[in-house]
Amino acid sequence: MSAQQSEFGGDRVKRGLAEMLKGGVIMDVVTAEQAKIAEDAGAVAVMALERVPADIRAQGGVARMSDPDLIQQIIDTVSIPVMAKARIGHFVEAQVLEYLKVDYIDESEVLSPADYVNHIDKWKFTIPFVCGATNLGEALRRINEGAAMIRSKGEAGTGDVSEATKHIRKINSEIRALSAMSEDELYVAAKEHQAPFALIKEVAATGKLPVVLFTAGGVATPADAAMMMQLGADGVFVGSGIFKSGNPEARAKAIVKAVAQYTDPAVITEASRGLGEAMVGINVSDLPAPHRLAERGW
Amino acid sequence: MAGNSPRIGVLALQGDVREHVETLNALGVVPSEVRTIDQLGQVDALVIPGGESTVIDKLTRMFGLAPVISERIAEGMPVLGTCAGLIMLANHLADGTADQQTFGGLNVTVRRNAFGAQVDSFETELSMPTVSQQLVAATFIRAPVIESLGEGVHVLASLADGTVVGAQQGNVIGISFHPEVSGETKIHEYFLGVVEAFLSSTQR
Repeated sequence: MSAQQSEFGGDRVKRGLAEMLKGGVIMDVVTAEQAKIAEDAGAVAVMALERVPADIRAQGGVARMSDPDLIQQIIDTVSIPVMAKARIGHFVEAQVLEYLKVDYIDESEVLSPADYVNHIDKWKFTIPFVCGATNLGEALRRINEGAAMIRSKGEAGTGDVSEATKHIRKINSEIRALSAMSEDELYVAAKEHQAPFALIKEVAATGKLPVVLFTAGGVATPADAAMMMQLGADGVFVGSGIFKSGNPEARAKAIVKAVAQYTDPAVITEASRGLGEAMVGINVSDLPAPHRLAERGW
Repeated sequence: MAGNSPRIGVLALQGDVREHVETLNALGVVPSEVRTIDQLGQVDALVIPGGESTVIDKLTRMFGLAPVISERIAEGMPVLGTCAGLIMLANHLADGTADQQTFGGLNVTVRRNAFGAQVDSFETELSMPTVSQQLVAATFIRAPVIESLGEGVHVLASLADGTVVGAQQGNVIGISFHPEVSGETKIHEYFLGVVEAFLSSTQR
Protein backbone atom coordinates (compact mmCIF):
# COMPACT_ATOMS: atom_id res chain seq x y z
CA MET A 1 0.00 0.00 0.00
CA SER A 2 1.07 3.56 -0.49
CA ALA A 3 2.45 5.68 2.28
CA GLN A 4 0.16 8.44 0.97
CA GLN A 5 2.23 11.40 1.95
CA SER A 6 0.61 14.53 0.67
CA GLU A 7 2.31 17.71 -0.46
CA PHE A 8 0.46 21.02 -0.40
CA GLY A 9 1.31 24.20 -2.30
CA GLY A 10 3.85 22.69 -4.71
CA ASP A 11 4.38 24.09 -8.22
CA ARG A 12 2.23 21.39 -9.72
CA VAL A 13 -0.94 22.25 -7.82
CA LYS A 14 -0.31 26.01 -8.08
CA ARG A 15 0.29 25.97 -11.82
CA GLY A 16 -2.24 23.16 -12.22
CA LEU A 17 -5.22 25.26 -11.16
CA ALA A 18 -4.38 27.78 -13.88
CA GLU A 19 -4.18 24.92 -16.37
CA MET A 20 -7.74 23.97 -15.46
CA LEU A 21 -8.90 27.52 -16.28
CA LYS A 22 -7.63 27.37 -19.88
CA GLY A 23 -10.14 28.19 -22.56
CA GLY A 24 -12.12 30.16 -20.02
CA VAL A 25 -13.09 33.71 -19.14
CA ILE A 26 -12.25 35.22 -15.75
CA MET A 27 -14.54 38.13 -14.88
CA ASP A 28 -14.00 41.12 -12.58
CA VAL A 29 -16.78 41.47 -10.00
CA VAL A 30 -17.31 43.96 -7.19
CA THR A 31 -20.33 42.40 -5.46
CA ALA A 32 -21.69 38.93 -4.69
CA GLU A 33 -24.61 39.62 -7.09
CA GLN A 34 -22.19 40.26 -9.92
CA ALA A 35 -20.26 37.10 -9.00
CA LYS A 36 -23.47 35.09 -9.31
CA ILE A 37 -24.24 36.65 -12.71
CA ALA A 38 -20.70 35.80 -13.84
CA GLU A 39 -20.96 32.18 -12.66
CA ASP A 40 -24.36 31.77 -14.34
CA ALA A 41 -22.94 33.17 -17.57
CA GLY A 42 -20.14 30.58 -17.60
CA ALA A 43 -17.16 32.40 -16.05
CA VAL A 44 -14.38 29.95 -15.22
CA ALA A 45 -13.44 32.06 -12.17
CA VAL A 46 -14.22 35.49 -10.75
CA MET A 47 -11.83 38.26 -9.70
CA ALA A 48 -12.99 40.12 -6.60
CA LEU A 49 -12.01 43.77 -6.40
CA GLU A 50 -13.21 46.95 -4.80
CA ARG A 51 -13.82 48.92 -8.01
CA VAL A 52 -13.51 47.84 -11.63
CA PRO A 53 -10.54 49.44 -13.41
CA ALA A 54 -12.76 51.88 -15.36
CA ASP A 55 -14.00 53.31 -12.03
CA ILE A 56 -10.53 53.37 -10.48
CA ARG A 57 -9.48 55.36 -13.53
CA ALA A 58 -12.47 57.72 -13.32
CA GLN A 59 -12.42 58.25 -9.56
CA GLY A 60 -8.69 58.24 -8.97
CA GLY A 61 -7.23 57.90 -5.48
CA VAL A 62 -5.40 54.92 -4.01
CA ALA A 63 -6.86 51.57 -5.01
CA ARG A 64 -6.38 48.73 -2.50
CA MET A 65 -7.38 45.15 -1.72
CA SER A 66 -11.16 44.69 -1.27
CA ASP A 67 -12.91 44.57 2.08
CA PRO A 68 -12.61 41.00 3.47
CA ASP A 69 -16.38 40.95 4.05
CA LEU A 70 -16.97 41.46 0.35
CA ILE A 71 -14.49 38.76 -0.61
CA GLN A 72 -16.05 36.37 1.91
CA GLN A 73 -19.53 37.03 0.49
CA ILE A 74 -18.28 36.26 -2.99
CA ILE A 75 -16.59 33.04 -1.82
CA ASP A 76 -19.83 32.02 -0.11
CA THR A 77 -21.94 32.82 -3.19
CA VAL A 78 -20.17 30.97 -6.00
CA SER A 79 -18.70 27.49 -6.44
CA ILE A 80 -16.15 28.46 -9.10
CA PRO A 81 -12.65 29.65 -8.09
CA VAL A 82 -12.42 33.12 -6.55
CA MET A 83 -9.40 35.32 -7.21
CA ALA A 84 -8.68 38.63 -5.51
CA LYS A 85 -6.24 41.46 -6.11
CA ALA A 86 -3.42 42.59 -3.84
CA ARG A 87 -1.26 45.64 -4.49
CA ILE A 88 2.16 45.09 -6.06
CA GLY A 89 4.61 44.34 -3.23
CA HIS A 90 1.91 44.30 -0.53
CA PHE A 91 2.71 40.94 1.04
CA VAL A 92 0.41 41.57 4.00
CA GLU A 93 -2.63 42.05 1.76
CA ALA A 94 -1.56 38.72 0.25
CA GLN A 95 -1.42 37.14 3.73
CA VAL A 96 -4.96 38.37 4.37
CA LEU A 97 -6.19 36.95 1.06
CA GLU A 98 -4.54 33.61 1.81
CA TYR A 99 -6.16 33.58 5.25
CA LEU A 100 -9.54 34.21 3.57
CA LYS A 101 -8.82 31.17 1.37
CA VAL A 102 -9.30 32.81 -1.98
CA ASP A 103 -8.10 30.42 -4.70
CA TYR A 104 -5.67 32.74 -6.50
CA ILE A 105 -4.08 36.13 -5.73
CA ASP A 106 -3.57 38.67 -8.50
CA GLU A 107 -0.60 40.90 -7.65
CA SER A 108 -1.98 43.65 -9.81
CA GLU A 109 -0.89 46.91 -11.39
CA VAL A 110 -4.56 47.90 -11.48
CA LEU A 111 -4.27 48.70 -7.76
CA SER A 112 -1.85 51.33 -6.48
CA PRO A 113 1.59 49.77 -5.94
CA ALA A 114 2.67 49.36 -2.29
CA ASP A 115 6.35 48.91 -3.15
CA TYR A 116 8.07 50.53 -6.12
CA VAL A 117 11.09 48.24 -5.87
CA ASN A 118 10.07 44.73 -4.83
CA HIS A 119 7.25 42.47 -5.83
CA ILE A 120 5.84 39.95 -3.34
CA ASP A 121 8.01 36.88 -2.65
CA LYS A 122 5.36 34.49 -3.87
CA TRP A 123 7.26 31.28 -3.00
CA LYS A 124 6.42 31.88 0.66
CA PHE A 125 2.70 31.29 0.06
CA THR A 126 0.70 28.07 -0.29
CA ILE A 127 -1.80 29.93 -2.45
CA PRO A 128 -0.86 30.58 -6.09
CA PHE A 129 -0.34 34.01 -7.69
CA VAL A 130 -1.06 35.48 -11.10
CA CYS A 131 0.96 38.53 -12.19
CA GLY A 132 0.82 40.92 -15.12
CA ALA A 133 3.52 41.31 -17.77
CA THR A 134 4.04 43.43 -20.87
CA ASN A 135 6.95 41.40 -22.25
CA LEU A 136 8.79 38.11 -21.82
CA GLY A 137 11.42 39.43 -19.40
CA GLU A 138 8.78 40.79 -17.04
CA ALA A 139 6.85 37.50 -17.21
CA LEU A 140 9.97 35.50 -16.35
CA ARG A 141 10.91 37.83 -13.48
CA ARG A 142 7.45 37.24 -12.00
CA ILE A 143 7.77 33.46 -12.51
CA ASN A 144 11.18 33.63 -10.83
CA GLU A 145 9.46 35.22 -7.82
CA GLY A 146 6.93 32.36 -7.75
CA ALA A 147 4.05 33.46 -9.99
CA ALA A 148 2.10 30.37 -11.13
CA MET A 149 0.19 32.12 -13.93
CA ILE A 150 0.85 35.16 -16.11
CA ARG A 151 -1.58 37.56 -17.72
CA SER A 152 -0.47 40.01 -20.35
CA LYS A 153 -1.41 43.43 -18.99
CA GLY A 154 -3.07 45.39 -21.74
CA GLU A 155 -4.45 48.69 -20.48
CA ALA A 156 -7.15 47.97 -17.89
CA GLY A 157 -10.34 49.99 -17.73
CA THR A 158 -10.14 51.42 -21.23
CA GLY A 159 -12.16 49.05 -23.44
CA ASP A 160 -9.33 49.63 -25.93
CA VAL A 161 -7.86 46.26 -26.88
CA SER A 162 -4.77 47.61 -28.65
CA GLU A 163 -2.43 47.31 -25.65
CA ALA A 164 -3.60 43.77 -24.91
CA THR A 165 -2.81 42.92 -28.53
CA LYS A 166 0.60 44.55 -28.24
CA HIS A 167 1.55 42.68 -25.07
CA ILE A 168 0.40 39.18 -26.08
CA ARG A 169 2.09 39.62 -29.46
CA LYS A 170 5.27 40.85 -27.80
CA ILE A 171 5.48 37.97 -25.32
CA ASN A 172 4.81 35.34 -27.97
CA SER A 173 7.16 36.84 -30.55
CA GLU A 174 9.95 37.06 -27.96
CA ILE A 175 9.36 33.38 -27.14
CA ARG A 176 9.59 32.48 -30.84
CA ALA A 177 12.80 34.45 -31.16
CA LEU A 178 14.36 32.56 -28.22
CA SER A 179 13.40 29.22 -29.77
CA ALA A 180 15.36 30.13 -32.89
CA MET A 181 18.56 30.99 -31.00
CA SER A 182 21.56 28.74 -30.59
CA GLU A 183 22.37 27.81 -27.01
CA ASP A 184 25.38 30.12 -26.70
CA GLU A 185 23.21 33.09 -27.67
CA LEU A 186 20.86 32.49 -24.76
CA TYR A 187 23.28 34.01 -22.23
CA VAL A 188 23.01 37.40 -23.87
CA ALA A 189 19.27 36.91 -24.32
CA ALA A 190 18.97 36.38 -20.56
CA LYS A 191 20.85 39.62 -19.98
CA GLU A 192 18.72 41.54 -22.47
CA HIS A 193 15.44 40.21 -21.08
CA GLN A 194 16.76 40.77 -17.54
CA ALA A 195 15.58 37.29 -16.70
CA PRO A 196 17.20 34.25 -15.07
CA PHE A 197 19.19 32.11 -17.50
CA ALA A 198 17.52 28.87 -16.37
CA LEU A 199 14.07 30.20 -17.30
CA ILE A 200 15.32 31.61 -20.61
CA LYS A 201 16.80 28.22 -21.46
CA GLU A 202 13.57 26.43 -20.51
CA VAL A 203 11.43 28.74 -22.65
CA ALA A 204 13.82 28.39 -25.59
CA ALA A 205 13.60 24.60 -25.35
CA THR A 206 9.83 24.27 -24.89
CA GLY A 207 8.67 27.23 -26.98
CA LYS A 208 6.26 28.37 -24.29
CA LEU A 209 6.11 29.88 -20.83
CA PRO A 210 6.36 27.34 -18.00
CA VAL A 211 2.99 28.62 -16.73
CA VAL A 212 -0.38 29.41 -18.27
CA LEU A 213 -0.66 32.75 -20.13
CA PHE A 214 -3.95 34.66 -20.13
CA THR A 215 -4.64 38.05 -21.66
CA ALA A 216 -6.17 41.06 -19.95
CA GLY A 217 -6.75 44.77 -20.23
CA GLY A 218 -9.25 46.32 -22.62
CA VAL A 219 -11.19 43.27 -23.82
CA ALA A 220 -14.79 44.44 -24.38
CA THR A 221 -16.42 42.30 -27.08
CA PRO A 222 -16.67 38.61 -28.10
CA ALA A 223 -14.49 39.40 -31.12
CA ASP A 224 -11.83 41.03 -28.89
CA ALA A 225 -11.74 37.91 -26.73
CA ALA A 226 -11.56 35.53 -29.71
CA MET A 227 -8.73 37.61 -31.20
CA MET A 228 -6.72 37.23 -27.98
CA MET A 229 -7.23 33.45 -28.19
CA GLN A 230 -6.17 33.38 -31.84
CA LEU A 231 -3.06 35.34 -30.86
CA GLY A 232 -2.14 32.49 -28.52
CA ALA A 233 -3.68 33.33 -25.14
CA ASP A 234 -4.75 30.36 -23.00
CA GLY A 235 -7.76 32.34 -21.77
CA VAL A 236 -9.04 35.84 -21.14
CA PHE A 237 -9.64 38.19 -18.24
CA VAL A 238 -12.49 40.64 -18.74
CA GLY A 239 -12.59 43.51 -16.29
CA SER A 240 -14.74 46.54 -16.83
CA GLY A 241 -15.93 45.25 -20.21
CA ILE A 242 -18.79 43.23 -18.76
CA PHE A 243 -20.29 45.15 -15.85
CA LYS A 244 -19.74 48.55 -17.50
CA SER A 245 -21.75 47.48 -20.55
CA GLY A 246 -25.47 47.82 -21.31
CA ASN A 247 -26.37 44.15 -20.74
CA PRO A 248 -23.80 42.35 -18.56
CA GLU A 249 -25.56 38.93 -18.53
CA ALA A 250 -25.79 38.72 -22.31
CA ARG A 251 -22.30 40.11 -22.90
CA ALA A 252 -20.71 37.77 -20.35
CA LYS A 253 -22.36 34.75 -21.94
CA ALA A 254 -21.41 35.90 -25.45
CA ILE A 255 -17.73 36.32 -24.53
CA VAL A 256 -17.66 32.83 -22.96
CA LYS A 257 -19.19 31.41 -26.13
CA ALA A 258 -16.72 33.18 -28.44
CA VAL A 259 -13.72 32.01 -26.39
CA ALA A 260 -14.85 28.36 -26.47
CA GLN A 261 -15.06 28.37 -30.31
CA TYR A 262 -12.55 31.12 -30.99
CA THR A 263 -11.64 29.96 -34.50
CA ASP A 264 -15.22 29.76 -35.77
CA PRO A 265 -16.48 33.05 -37.29
CA ALA A 266 -20.05 31.70 -37.37
CA VAL A 267 -20.07 31.28 -33.60
CA ILE A 268 -18.33 34.62 -32.98
CA THR A 269 -20.80 36.41 -35.27
CA GLU A 270 -23.75 34.82 -33.50
CA ALA A 271 -22.27 35.73 -30.12
CA SER A 272 -21.79 39.36 -31.21
CA ARG A 273 -25.43 39.99 -32.20
CA GLY A 274 -27.75 42.21 -30.17
CA LEU A 275 -25.57 42.74 -27.10
CA GLY A 276 -26.54 46.37 -26.59
CA GLU A 277 -23.98 48.98 -25.76
CA ALA A 278 -20.37 48.02 -25.12
CA MET A 279 -18.51 49.95 -22.42
CA VAL A 280 -17.84 53.46 -23.60
CA GLY A 281 -14.08 53.18 -23.62
CA ILE A 282 -11.08 55.47 -23.73
CA ASN A 283 -8.44 55.38 -26.44
CA VAL A 284 -5.12 54.47 -24.84
CA SER A 285 -3.39 57.04 -27.06
CA ASP A 286 -5.43 59.77 -25.30
CA LEU A 287 -4.15 58.68 -21.88
CA PRO A 288 -1.25 60.68 -20.50
CA ALA A 289 1.63 58.39 -19.52
CA PRO A 290 1.24 58.67 -15.72
CA HIS A 291 -2.27 57.23 -16.05
CA ARG A 292 -1.18 54.11 -17.89
CA LEU A 293 -1.49 51.20 -15.48
CA ALA A 294 0.58 48.82 -17.62
CA GLU A 295 3.70 50.83 -16.76
CA ARG A 296 3.37 49.83 -13.11
CA GLY A 297 5.46 46.77 -12.30
CA TRP A 298 8.99 46.20 -13.54
CA MET B 1 -11.85 0.82 -41.00
CA ALA B 2 -8.83 3.02 -41.48
CA GLY B 3 -6.12 1.07 -39.71
CA ASN B 4 -6.33 -0.25 -36.21
CA SER B 5 -5.32 2.76 -34.23
CA PRO B 6 -8.23 3.90 -32.07
CA ARG B 7 -9.67 7.33 -32.76
CA ILE B 8 -9.56 9.10 -29.41
CA GLY B 9 -11.12 12.53 -28.91
CA VAL B 10 -10.48 15.07 -26.17
CA LEU B 11 -13.44 17.30 -25.39
CA ALA B 12 -11.85 20.69 -26.05
CA LEU B 13 -14.30 23.43 -25.10
CA GLN B 14 -12.56 24.34 -21.83
CA GLY B 15 -9.96 22.93 -19.46
CA ASP B 16 -6.59 21.17 -19.52
CA VAL B 17 -6.99 19.79 -23.03
CA ARG B 18 -3.30 20.24 -23.88
CA GLU B 19 -2.14 18.08 -20.96
CA HIS B 20 -4.42 15.20 -22.00
CA VAL B 21 -3.26 15.47 -25.61
CA GLU B 22 0.38 15.37 -24.47
CA THR B 23 -0.22 12.39 -22.18
CA LEU B 24 -1.83 10.46 -25.05
CA ASN B 25 0.99 11.53 -27.38
CA ALA B 26 3.47 10.04 -24.91
CA LEU B 27 1.64 6.73 -25.40
CA GLY B 28 1.90 7.01 -29.19
CA VAL B 29 -1.70 8.13 -29.73
CA VAL B 30 -2.61 11.31 -31.59
CA PRO B 31 -6.04 12.36 -30.34
CA SER B 32 -8.35 14.85 -32.04
CA GLU B 33 -9.95 17.82 -30.33
CA VAL B 34 -13.73 17.69 -30.10
CA ARG B 35 -15.69 20.95 -30.12
CA THR B 36 -18.64 20.07 -32.37
CA ILE B 37 -21.14 17.26 -32.90
CA ASP B 38 -19.46 16.44 -36.24
CA GLN B 39 -16.07 16.06 -34.57
CA LEU B 40 -17.63 13.82 -31.92
CA GLY B 41 -18.91 11.60 -34.72
CA GLN B 42 -15.30 11.03 -35.86
CA VAL B 43 -14.07 9.45 -32.61
CA ASP B 44 -14.44 6.02 -30.98
CA ALA B 45 -13.72 7.18 -27.43
CA LEU B 46 -13.65 10.44 -25.51
CA VAL B 47 -11.55 12.02 -22.78
CA ILE B 48 -13.26 14.70 -20.70
CA PRO B 49 -10.53 16.95 -19.28
CA GLY B 50 -10.15 18.76 -16.01
CA GLY B 51 -11.56 22.26 -15.98
CA GLU B 52 -14.55 24.00 -14.50
CA SER B 53 -17.51 21.58 -14.53
CA THR B 54 -20.15 24.34 -14.50
CA VAL B 55 -18.56 25.81 -17.64
CA ILE B 56 -18.10 22.49 -19.47
CA ASP B 57 -21.76 21.72 -18.68
CA LYS B 58 -22.96 25.07 -20.07
CA LEU B 59 -20.79 24.95 -23.19
CA THR B 60 -21.68 21.37 -24.13
CA ARG B 61 -25.36 22.27 -23.84
CA MET B 62 -24.89 25.58 -25.70
CA PHE B 63 -23.33 23.78 -28.68
CA GLY B 64 -25.74 20.82 -28.60
CA LEU B 65 -23.03 18.29 -27.65
CA ALA B 66 -24.39 17.27 -24.26
CA PRO B 67 -27.29 15.02 -25.34
CA VAL B 68 -25.14 13.39 -28.04
CA ILE B 69 -22.33 12.63 -25.59
CA SER B 70 -24.86 11.14 -23.14
CA GLU B 71 -26.29 8.98 -25.92
CA ARG B 72 -22.88 7.76 -27.05
CA ILE B 73 -21.91 6.88 -23.46
CA ALA B 74 -25.18 4.96 -23.07
CA GLU B 75 -24.31 3.06 -26.28
CA GLY B 76 -20.99 1.98 -24.78
CA MET B 77 -18.47 4.58 -26.01
CA PRO B 78 -15.41 4.38 -23.74
CA VAL B 79 -14.90 7.61 -21.81
CA LEU B 80 -12.31 8.81 -19.29
CA GLY B 81 -13.03 11.86 -17.14
CA THR B 82 -10.59 13.53 -14.75
CA CYS B 83 -11.73 15.97 -12.04
CA ALA B 84 -14.35 18.09 -13.83
CA GLY B 85 -14.59 15.13 -16.22
CA LEU B 86 -15.57 12.87 -13.31
CA ILE B 87 -18.22 15.40 -12.29
CA MET B 88 -19.61 15.37 -15.86
CA LEU B 89 -19.83 11.55 -15.79
CA ALA B 90 -21.56 11.24 -12.41
CA ASN B 91 -25.23 10.27 -12.46
CA HIS B 92 -25.77 12.43 -9.35
CA LEU B 93 -24.16 15.52 -7.82
CA ALA B 94 -24.31 16.19 -4.08
CA ASP B 95 -23.78 19.92 -4.50
CA GLY B 96 -24.16 21.05 -8.11
CA THR B 97 -25.19 24.62 -8.87
CA ALA B 98 -28.95 25.18 -9.30
CA ASP B 99 -29.15 24.24 -12.97
CA GLN B 100 -26.06 22.05 -13.26
CA GLN B 101 -26.43 18.93 -15.42
CA THR B 102 -24.12 16.02 -16.20
CA PHE B 103 -23.73 13.51 -19.05
CA GLY B 104 -24.08 10.60 -16.63
CA GLY B 105 -22.85 7.07 -17.23
CA LEU B 106 -21.20 6.45 -13.87
CA ASN B 107 -23.70 5.39 -11.22
CA VAL B 108 -22.17 7.43 -8.40
CA THR B 109 -22.83 10.56 -6.37
CA VAL B 110 -20.01 13.10 -6.60
CA ARG B 111 -19.29 16.06 -4.33
CA ARG B 112 -17.50 19.03 -5.96
CA ASN B 113 -14.57 20.85 -4.30
CA ALA B 114 -14.69 18.22 -1.58
CA PHE B 115 -11.33 19.08 -0.03
CA GLY B 116 -11.96 22.84 0.21
CA ALA B 117 -10.27 25.77 -1.49
CA GLN B 118 -7.07 25.88 -3.54
CA VAL B 119 -4.86 25.97 -0.39
CA ASP B 120 -6.14 22.44 0.30
CA SER B 121 -5.02 21.13 -3.11
CA PHE B 122 -2.30 18.47 -2.86
CA GLU B 123 -0.15 15.85 -4.59
CA THR B 124 0.26 12.25 -3.51
CA GLU B 125 0.75 8.71 -4.82
CA LEU B 126 -2.01 6.13 -4.90
CA SER B 127 -2.24 2.39 -5.14
CA MET B 128 -4.54 1.41 -8.05
CA PRO B 129 -4.18 -2.38 -8.44
CA THR B 130 -6.69 -2.62 -11.31
CA VAL B 131 -4.71 -0.06 -13.30
CA SER B 132 -1.10 -0.82 -12.44
CA GLN B 133 1.16 -2.70 -10.02
CA GLN B 134 3.07 0.52 -9.43
CA LEU B 135 1.96 3.59 -7.50
CA VAL B 136 0.17 6.24 -9.54
CA ALA B 137 1.06 9.95 -9.25
CA ALA B 138 -2.07 11.88 -8.27
CA THR B 139 -2.52 15.66 -8.27
CA PHE B 140 -5.71 16.85 -6.57
CA ILE B 141 -6.74 20.42 -7.52
CA ARG B 142 -9.96 21.65 -5.92
CA ALA B 143 -10.91 18.05 -6.47
CA PRO B 144 -14.26 16.28 -6.23
CA VAL B 145 -14.77 12.93 -4.46
CA ILE B 146 -17.13 10.03 -5.02
CA GLU B 147 -19.46 10.02 -2.03
CA SER B 148 -21.46 6.93 -2.82
CA LEU B 149 -21.41 4.16 -5.39
CA GLY B 150 -24.43 2.52 -6.97
CA GLU B 151 -24.74 -0.91 -8.52
CA GLY B 152 -22.27 -1.99 -11.18
CA VAL B 153 -19.53 0.44 -10.17
CA HIS B 154 -16.15 -0.68 -8.89
CA VAL B 155 -13.57 1.35 -7.04
CA LEU B 156 -10.30 2.11 -8.83
CA ALA B 157 -8.66 4.34 -6.21
CA SER B 158 -9.18 5.52 -2.68
CA LEU B 159 -7.31 7.60 -0.14
CA ALA B 160 -5.96 6.21 3.15
CA ASP B 161 -9.15 7.28 4.95
CA GLY B 162 -11.30 5.31 2.50
CA THR B 163 -12.48 8.29 0.42
CA VAL B 164 -13.18 7.02 -3.09
CA VAL B 165 -11.32 9.01 -5.77
CA GLY B 166 -11.61 6.79 -8.83
CA ALA B 167 -14.26 4.41 -10.17
CA GLN B 168 -15.23 2.45 -13.27
CA GLN B 169 -18.51 1.15 -14.62
CA GLY B 170 -18.14 -0.78 -17.86
CA ASN B 171 -16.36 1.53 -20.31
CA VAL B 172 -16.79 4.62 -18.15
CA ILE B 173 -13.86 5.71 -15.96
CA GLY B 174 -13.97 8.70 -13.61
CA ILE B 175 -11.00 9.96 -11.57
CA SER B 176 -10.97 12.80 -8.99
CA PHE B 177 -7.40 13.83 -9.68
CA HIS B 178 -5.19 14.84 -12.62
CA PRO B 179 -2.73 12.22 -13.87
CA GLU B 180 -2.25 14.42 -16.94
CA VAL B 181 -0.58 17.36 -15.18
CA SER B 182 2.33 15.28 -13.88
CA GLY B 183 3.11 13.26 -16.99
CA GLU B 184 1.56 10.19 -15.32
CA THR B 185 0.55 7.85 -18.18
CA LYS B 186 -0.68 4.69 -16.41
CA ILE B 187 -4.35 5.67 -16.25
CA HIS B 188 -4.47 6.70 -19.91
CA GLU B 189 -2.70 3.45 -20.80
CA TYR B 190 -5.36 1.53 -18.89
CA PHE B 191 -8.06 3.56 -20.69
CA LEU B 192 -6.53 2.69 -24.09
CA GLY B 193 -6.83 -0.97 -23.08
CA VAL B 194 -10.54 -0.46 -22.39
CA VAL B 195 -10.91 1.25 -25.78
CA GLU B 196 -9.15 -1.58 -27.64
CA ALA B 197 -11.30 -4.22 -25.94
CA PHE B 198 -14.41 -2.24 -26.87
CA LEU B 199 -13.35 -1.85 -30.49
CA SER B 200 -12.45 -5.51 -30.97
CA SER B 201 -15.77 -6.54 -29.45
CA THR B 202 -17.70 -4.30 -31.85
CA GLN B 203 -15.66 -5.20 -34.96
CA ARG B 204 -16.71 -8.87 -34.84
